Amino acid sequence: MTRDDIRETIIDILSDITPDEDLSGLDDNVAFREQLELDSMDFLDIVMELRKRYRVQVPEEDYGELASMASTVTYLEPRMQDLEKV
Amino acid sequence: MYDTVIIGAGMSGLAAGIRLAHYDQRVCILERHYTIGGLNSFYRLGGRNYDVGLHAVTNFTAKGSRKGPLARILKQLRFRWEEFALCEQMGSAIAFPDVRLAFNNDIRLLESEVANSFPGEKDNFQQLLSRIADYDDLDQETYELSARSILTEIIEDPLLIEMLLCPTMWYGNAREDDMDWGQFCIMFRSIYMEGFARPLAGVRLILKNLIRRFRSLGGELKLRSGVDHIRVEEGHAVGVVLDSGEELESKHVLSSAGWVETMRLCDDVTEAEPATAGKLSFIESICALDCQPKDLGHDETIVFFNDSEQFPWHQPHELCDMRTGVICSPNNFAYGQALEELPEGTIRITMPANFDRWTDLSDDEYELEKLRWFNRSLESAVRFSPDFRSHVVATDMFTPKTIRRFTWHDNGAVYGAPKKKLDGTTHLDNLFLCGTDQGFVGIIGAMMSGISIANRLLMGPANEPSVAS
Repeated sequence: MTRDDIRETIIDILSDITPDEDLSGLDDNVAFREQLELDSMDFLDIVMELRKRYRVQVPEEDYGELASMASTVTYLEPRMQDLEKV
Repeated sequence: MYDTVIIGAGMSGLAAGIRLAHYDQRVCILERHYTIGGLNSFYRLGGRNYDVGLHAVTNFTAKGSRKGPLARILKQLRFRWEEFALCEQMGSAIAFPDVRLAFNNDIRLLESEVANSFPGEKDNFQQLLSRIADYDDLDQETYELSARSILTEIIEDPLLIEMLLCPTMWYGNAREDDMDWGQFCIMFRSIYMEGFARPLAGVRLILKNLIRRFRSLGGELKLRSGVDHIRVEEGHAVGVVLDSGEELESKHVLSSAGWVETMRLCDDVTEAEPATAGKLSFIESICALDCQPKDLGHDETIVFFNDSEQFPWHQPHELCDMRTGVICSPNNFAYGQALEELPEGTIRITMPANFDRWTDLSDDEYELEKLRWFNRSLESAVRFSPDFRSHVVATDMFTPKTIRRFTWHDNGAVYGAPKKKLDGTTHLDNLFLCGTDQGFVGIIGAMMSGISIANRLLMGPANEPSVAS
């Protein structure tokens, strides 16, 4: 998966979690917590969706890496580059 | 072999089932009754639809709101806001003999009502609001502090304390006389700061959404499947045995049956303490009217009444206690044009009742006492609302016996045991509690309870569910 594929995957997960949210104007460099007011349960959900869809494990000590879209993609790139987009 | 077996198809069990099935667990929900919902259920009688339990969905927040329990459960269960079709209340009241405080889903109304009726308490009330806004993730010890003593420190007029406690106790207090501070904060927020709403179709709409989703994710539901016991081997639950003798193996067991009730199901526990079961149960008198309640001058959604300056909150000595009650009209929500789909009015009156007294009656006495207390409860209620009695065209009533049948809670205790188990853990590492005895009440609270325990099963013990969430 390319960086763009990973970004798309995350957008897909976010739109599943927050179906009422318009994600088209999402700023990749601003924290999800600020833009979408995601809370800790939502971050767990992102982790769980990644595990469900791609069998990617994000250990608890790395949850902080998922703060914004940019940091999430950078963190996931080496872990997902060999995977096919579903 | 299931990943998780869930005891009880109420709001908490269904929500937990959805979360677990969404994350590919093999889940089976077992329900003793012939229908889903538990305390919050519905039925049809004489061509009319009735709701059990739900007066209103508390914790209402408007569409687009990202904060609060409603937004959170919608995200966790992957529902759109519209799917619950919530319409806001018209306005409610706390009615005591000489003072009536109106409130709605905007806390400013209650603020001004308090300022008008209790001018000296204006600042104290603000202080209370900020104490409650600060409240977050209480530990078990702080949670169990006395709400009455904390309120006495903040508010001077005992009448205002009684009035504020009345709805919060009515809608979620399992303890007699006093209330856990944590529970008070949760209820205060959900009633006065967030507020009431209801789908036009009632609780059935929410339950149907939940069960449809659960099934679409591959979840199994077995009705008329009471659990006889939980099989325990070497400190570990290995499955459940149904009343029919059928055995289901499971890696985890999640029980919404209540704490004492669940302990009694465990075949390694010889002595569950019945003294810890809750004592607060209710009767509810349900009236169908030949008109809309507002045509009789009753446009309030919910009226919490009490006929003296002291609010009694304990098990009555008699069959029922006529001093305090709740008058609810499901018609009085802002349905807009859709109100026309409710051809009749409904008024429901809920009052405290004594489980033992009701169960001790013979069948004939039971029918007679139902009639007697039905009439008395209406007589008590019309002291605080227009007299609607000549417009009643059909009636039904539930008693503590009915609640026991629907919920299987000891004593028909609507809000479960007074002592809550906030983290849902038990003496077994793979048996968890969810629902009322985990400290969450109301429809949104119950769903949140199921969700938080399901997340714990999915993520492991590092992610403790928190009661404030």
